[in-house]
Parts: sequence; C-alpha cells; structure tokens
Amino acid sequence: MEGTAVPGRLTWQVATVTAARSETPSVRTIELDVPSWPGHRAGQHLDVRLTAEDGYSAERSYSIASAAGEGVAITVERLDDGEVSPYLTDELRAGDQLELRGPVGGYFVWEPADGGPLLLAAGGSGIVPLRAILRQRERSGSDAPVRLLYSARTRSEVIYRDELETHHDGVAVVYTLTRERPADWAGYTRRVDRALLAETAWPAGKNPLAFVCGPTSFVETVAGGLVALGYDPGRIKTERFGGTGGR
Amino acid sequence: MSPISRGFRRRHAEPDGAADRVPPGQYVTDGFPVLSAGPTPHTPLAEWSFSVRQGGGTLKSWSWQEFQDLPTETVTVDIHCVTRWSKLGTEWRGVSVDTLLGAVGHDAGYIMAFSDGGYTTNLPLADVMGGKAWVAFGYGGAPLEPEHGGPARLLVPHLYFWKSAKWVRGLELMDEDQPGFWETYGYHMYGDPWKEQRYQGD
Repeated sequence: MEGTAVPGRLTWQVATVTAARSETPSVRTIELDVPSWPGHRAGQHLDVRLTAEDGYSAERSYSIASAAGEGVAITVERLDDGEVSPYLTDELRAGDQLELRGPVGGYFVWEPADGGPLLLAAGGSGIVPLRAILRQRERSGSDAPVRLLYSARTRSEVIYRDELETHHDGVAVVYTLTRERPADWAGYTRRVDRALLAETAWPAGKNPLAFVCGPTSFVETVAGGLVALGYDPGRIKTERFGGTGGR
Repeated sequence: MSPISRGFRRRHAEPDGAADRVPPGQYVTDGFPVLSAGPTPHTPLAEWSFSVRQGGGTLKSWSWQEFQDLPTETVTVDIHCVTRWSKLGTEWRGVSVDTLLGAVGHDAGYIMAFSDGGYTTNLPLADVMGGKAWVAFGYGGAPLEPEHGGPARLLVPHLYFWKSAKWVRGLELMDEDQPGFWETYGYHMYGDPWKEQRYQGD
C-alpha cells in the first residue's frame, strides 16, 4: 500500500451539465463541462454539491465514469430513500449547473504502466470506476488482458451493456445475475462465491492486479475469495459502498 | 455564489437532539457502512500482538491475552466518516491509549498507527492522550467483527473515522508529523469533522 502524493487544494467549481443519458431505469450518466478541471485518473471520484433554494446544501461522492483525458462524467444510481441521487437521476437536465470538486482518491486507480493481467469485479453500480479503467485501457492502447466479472440483480439493471458487449481484444466479460434467470441468458445466474471465482478469475500464478467495487457483502466475498485463491492481498484494491453509504 | 438546483430540497430531517452532534456536511445513518482499501485481514489471535515502536525498535509489546488483561473501558461515542455518514451513540470496549503509551517513556509529538494489510494513519500525540483514544476490541457488547476492524481497531471519535485505523497492530512514535495512507492520497493531515477537514487544504 504505497502511494504518490497528490498535493494541492481541492476547490469547488461550477460545472455545467452537457448531457444526461439513461443507462437503466434507475441509472443515469451525466456528462459535465468543468472549465478548470485539473484532470483525473481512471478509478478516482469527485464530490458533488447541490444547493436548494432555501440555502440547504448536500454533498456526495461519485465515481468518475470516464477515462483520463476524457470529459468528466459520472454515472449515478437512484437510491429511493436518497436525497442527492434522485435529483441527479430524475431532475437534472442539460444546461443545469452544479458544484463539484475533485478528483479525489488515488489508490483505487489504474494507469497503463500498472499493466495486468487485470481482474475487475463489479457488483451493481460498482461497475462505474471499472468502466473508467476499461476505457483508459482502450484509449491508451494497453494490451493488459482483462477479465471483468460483473454481478447485477437483473439483466435490465446491467449498466453500460452495449459498451461492454462490443468488448475489445483482450477483454473477457462474465456476467452473473442474482435475481433473475432469463431463458436465453448465457451468463451465470447466482451470487459470486469462491467456486465462481475459481472458474472465472485469473489464476493467482499470473500475479493479477484486482479491482473490486460494489456493496460491502460483494466486496467482502470477492476480496476474501481472491485471497483464498492465492492472490497477493497487496494487489487487490477495493472500493465499497455499504447500506446507506452512498445516499 | 452556489448555483441553485431548482426542485432540490432536504429530504431527511435530523433525528431529535442530533443537531449539535452532527458535524457540517454529515448525515446520520443507523447502518454501519464499511470502507476499506483492500481485503479484510484475518490474523489469528495466537499470532496477534500490539506494539509501541520508535525509530525501528519495539519499546513494548502485548500478546492478545496480555492485551485483554489490561484495564478496559466502555465508551459511548458518535463517529463521523469522511464519506459523510455519522453514527450516533456507538458503544465500544477497549484499552485507553493512555494506558498503552503510559507503559513506555518517550517525548514524541506524533504517532503513526499501523495495521495488518499495510494501512497507516498519522495523529498528533495530544489527540490520542487524555481519554480521547482507545484500541477497541468490542462493539455493541460483542467482539468487534473483522469487516469493522476486528480483532482490534483504533478509536479516535473526535476525528474523521479514517483516523480510527482498522486491524491496528501498533503505534509508531514520531518526532514529526508524517502522512499515513489516505493522507498521502490527498486526505487531510488532521481530519477535524467540525471544520470539515476532508482533503488537503480544507
């Protein structure tokens, strides 16, 4: 667990929504014009601040969905009892302004020089920073081989489906659905466990670099399972959102 | 001037009596979210020890059983995570850091807490002495679960919770302040939730 210092101060700035696109019935990708964005790396996040007419304000963190060098985009899942996410998924329109600051975080980050092979494991909207990593890999021309294991509740809740389906050389995508068994479904239909990891993840002997993002129970299962398979714990990076952690 | 998000409004009232207990920018949760940078370590208690170090040497070390035999305290405190959740009235059992550092002679000004898995976090000595910090191994009347930092974690409730290092295995005494794990990645060196010291420069 070693890092590179990220000096400097994170100041709030006004961003303008340039596009908002539905990914699933409850998930939206929001593209933002941020005039003095300092740049980000794949896997980092940013803070959003919304201010109400009565002066009340609320801040939340969201993973950045775009690769380094691309415009700033976030992909947000609506949490029904949430305060900020329903506004972002349901109300926000192109041309609207909001405040943000970032990028934040520097550990759950992949850069082409980090190489591979990469094991990416996503539970639900945990796919967002991993999609940034996939785009980063594509943009940089990296040939690091990738296995993506993506667990979603139902087929209609798979985010970035079209983008992931057109997957690129060296990227293998394995889906599993936990609450649906469609008749024509070619992927798995069960929760990720050690047996499924043993079938789908890189063998530990290849010294893979793993990025695991999702709800706490998913991350605990996958990260613990990878350690049991012999993965180097120092090469398993996790990002978790528990219960109300992302409201 | 912040742009107004028309139609955006507060949706969650603060719980009764919480107003002066919840720092700015935080919301109260009944859950106990988990945030960690890597896999949860599972060190067997037979291999567990807690040590106080300085300059590469070990000044004092306790086995798990020796640690359990130290005087313990039960404290009920509010905790505040930099990811914006706060949890009120959490009950912990553990050993005061006063007890641990009182067992060695030193004149250090700072400590670096270090943990299984390689995590570290830095704190001024003044913030872990005087009944402000504990090494906790009980939570809510039960042993502390691994995903929440068990068998033992640092508990420094007056600072953002990343300072309360999970899976803590010891304290390194330092003359000067140095950044720990998240501090190296741009998080604040001190982390006072009442001043919203989330990131460098806040």
